[in-house]
Amino acid sequence: MEFSSLTFLAALPEFILIFFALVLVLVAAFARHSDGHIKTVRTISLVGYATGFAALFLLPQGATEIFNGMFRIDGLTVYMKGLVLLGGFFACWLVGDGWGEGIDRAEFHLLVLMAILGMLLMISANDLISLYMALELQSLPLYVVAAMRTGSLKSSEAGLKYFLLGALSSGMLLYGASMIYGFSGSTGFSEIAASLTTGDISIGMTVGMVFLLSGLAFKISAAPFHMWTPDVYEGAPTPVTALFAIVPKVASITLILSVTYNALGEMAVQWQQILIALSVISMIVGATGAIMQQNIKRMLAYSSIAHMGYALAGLASGSMQGSTSVIIYMTTYVFMGAGSFAVIMTMRRDGLPVERISDLSGLSSTHPIQAAGMMVIMFSMAGIPPLAGFFAKWYVFLAAVDAGLVPLAIIGLLTSVIGAFYYLRIIRLMYFQEANAPLDKGGERQNRLVLFASLAVILLFFFFIGPVHDHASSISGALASFS
Amino acid sequence: MISSFFFYLFAAVTCLSGLMVVTSRNPVHSVLFLILAFFNAAGLFILLQAEFLAMLLVVVYVGAVAVLFLFVVMMLDINFVELREGFQKYRTLGIVIGIILLAELFTTFFQLAGDSGALPETTGVHNTAQLGRVLYTEYVYLFQLAGLILLVAMIGAIALTLRSRPGVKRQSISDQNSRRREDTVRLAKVRSGEGAEAKEGSH
Repeated sequence: MEFSSLTFLAALPEFILIFFALVLVLVAAFARHSDGHIKTVRTISLVGYATGFAALFLLPQGATEIFNGMFRIDGLTVYMKGLVLLGGFFACWLVGDGWGEGIDRAEFHLLVLMAILGMLLMISANDLISLYMALELQSLPLYVVAAMRTGSLKSSEAGLKYFLLGALSSGMLLYGASMIYGFSGSTGFSEIAASLTTGDISIGMTVGMVFLLSGLAFKISAAPFHMWTPDVYEGAPTPVTALFAIVPKVASITLILSVTYNALGEMAVQWQQILIALSVISMIVGATGAIMQQNIKRMLAYSSIAHMGYALAGLASGSMQGSTSVIIYMTTYVFMGAGSFAVIMTMRRDGLPVERISDLSGLSSTHPIQAAGMMVIMFSMAGIPPLAGFFAKWYVFLAAVDAGLVPLAIIGLLTSVIGAFYYLRIIRLMYFQEANAPLDKGGERQNRLVLFASLAVILLFFFFIGPVHDHASSISGALASFS
Repeated sequence: MISSFFFYLFAAVTCLSGLMVVTSRNPVHSVLFLILAFFNAAGLFILLQAEFLAMLLVVVYVGAVAVLFLFVVMMLDINFVELREGFQKYRTLGIVIGIILLAELFTTFFQLAGDSGALPETTGVHNTAQLGRVLYTEYVYLFQLAGLILLVAMIGAIALTLRSRPGVKRQSISDQNSRRREDTVRLAKVRSGEGAEAKEGSH
C-alpha cells in the first residue's frame, strides 16, 4: 500500500481529533487540578470539534478509498461526519459547571473526544474489520462515561448494563461478520458486494447478515434490542445522556446504511424484511413505552427508540429515496436532541439537576424562553408542520409508500399519533400547570447557544428543505447500490 | 529423525502436563503444569516453523495469563476442595464432550493428512518478517486503531478506579529531598535528670 498525501488528507478530521485527544491526555495527566483546569480542557475539546469540522471542507471531492480500501470518504460520509462533529460540539458545550463528581474531570472530555473519533471512523468504515474496530473505539469510552459517576449506584448500574449488553451485541456482530467473511471470502465491502453479484445468495450469507444487523440494531437501540436504553439514559449523568441522545445513533445508522446499501446491496430482499420488523417493533415500543414514564430522560429514551424506528422505515424501503429520507431524518434528530437537552440541562432546583417530568410544570412562568423552545422541539418531535420533524417523517413515509410498504407507513402514522400524546403532555405541563416548587433562575446562559441553534434549524427547516433534500439525494447517489 | 524425536518429546510432555493440570491436588502445581504445557506447545510451534506464534505463546500465555492465574490462585481465598466436589457429577458430560472433540480432531486429521496445499509457501522469509510486512503496510490503519482502543481502555480503567481520597498520607519525594540537616536536626546537651526541652515545630 502506498502512503501519499491523499492518505493523510482524506482522513484529516480524524487526524485532527487524534491530535487533540493526545493533547488532552497530556493536559489531564500534567495540568494542575484547579477550577480553571476543567474550563481549559473543555475549551480544547471544543476547539478540536470545530477544527475537525472545518477540516471537512478540505477533504478531496468525490469518492476515495484509502488504507487499502478500509476507509472510504464520499459525500455521504462527509455529511454524516459533519453532523457527528456538530453534535459532539453541542454535547460538549452543554457540559458546564456544577455537574459534580465524575463529569468535571479532564478524562470525561477526553473519553468523549475518543468516542466521537470512533464515530467518525465508523462512518468511514468500508471493511468488516475496520467496522468492528471503529465500533469498539466508539463504544468503550461510552461505557466508561456512563459509569463515570463512581459514587452513584445508578450510574454504575447504567455503565455495567451498557457494557454487558454492548459486549453481547459485539459478539453477535462479530459472529455475523465471520459468517459473511467465510461465505464471501473477503472482509472489504466492495469485494463482498462483488461476490454477491455472481451466483445465488447462500444461506450462510443470510445468517451472517442477520447477526450483523442484530449487532448494529443494539447500537441504535432498535426494539427488540432496546432493553438497555431506558436504564442507561436514566442512570447515566445527564451530560452523558445528552451525548447518547445526540450523536452515537447518527454514526450507527450510517453504518447500517453503508452495510446494507454498499456491501449487501444484492441482498435487499433479505435485509428489507429484518429492517421492516425492527422498524415496526421500535415504533410501537417507543410510542407506547414512553406514555407511562415519569422521568424525562427515560421518556426521551423511548422517544429515541421510536425515532430509530422511523429512520429504519426509511432504510427499509431500500431505494435512493429511502436513504435520502434517512439522511434528512438524522439531521433533524441531532438538532431536536441537542435542543431538548439544552432545556433539560438548564433545569435545576437548589443547584441540583432535576429530571422528573412533573418538574417541568410551570416552566413557562419561570423560564419563558426555555419553555417556548421546548414547546417548539416537542411539536417538532411529534411531527407537526411546518417544523423540521414533520419533514423528516414526511420523507420517510413517502419513501416507504413509494417502495410499496404501505402498511409500514400506516403503522408509522398511527404510532406518531400515539407519540404526540406524550410530547403534548409536556407542553400542557409547562403551560397549563402551576409550578409546585420553582426551579433555579440563571445558569441557562451558556445552554442558550445550543437551544437557539437547534431552534433556528427546526423552525427554518421549512425554508431550506429543498436544498437539503437535493444535497441528501445527491450524496446518497454515492452509495454502491445506485452507481 | 531428530525433529520427530523432538515432536514426540514435546507432544508427550504437553499431554502429560495437561493431564496433571486437572488432576494435581495443589492448585499452584496445576498452574505450574499449565505453564509447562504452554512451553511445550511453543516448542511444537517452532517445529512447525511458526516461530512468531511460539514467541507469542510464551510472551502472552506464560508471561501474562499464567502469571495472572498464579496470582488469582494464590491471592484469592478459594476453597478448592469445595470446588472439586462437583467434579464427579459432571464426569459423564465431560466424557461426552471429550469424545466429540476427539472425533472432530480425528476427522480433520484423516481428511487433511498429507494435504499441505492450503499452506502458503514460506521459503526464504521468516513468518515474523512476513507478519511485520503486512501489519505495518496493509493493515497499518487497523494496527493504529487497535493502539487507540488500548489507550482508551487504559484511560477508562484509570478514570473509573483512581480516586483521590482525602486524609490519606502520601510520600512527597520533593519535600523529602529538599530537607536539610540544619532544619531538622538540633544538637542539644542534655543534663542528666532534666531531659531535653522540645522546641516548637522541630520534631
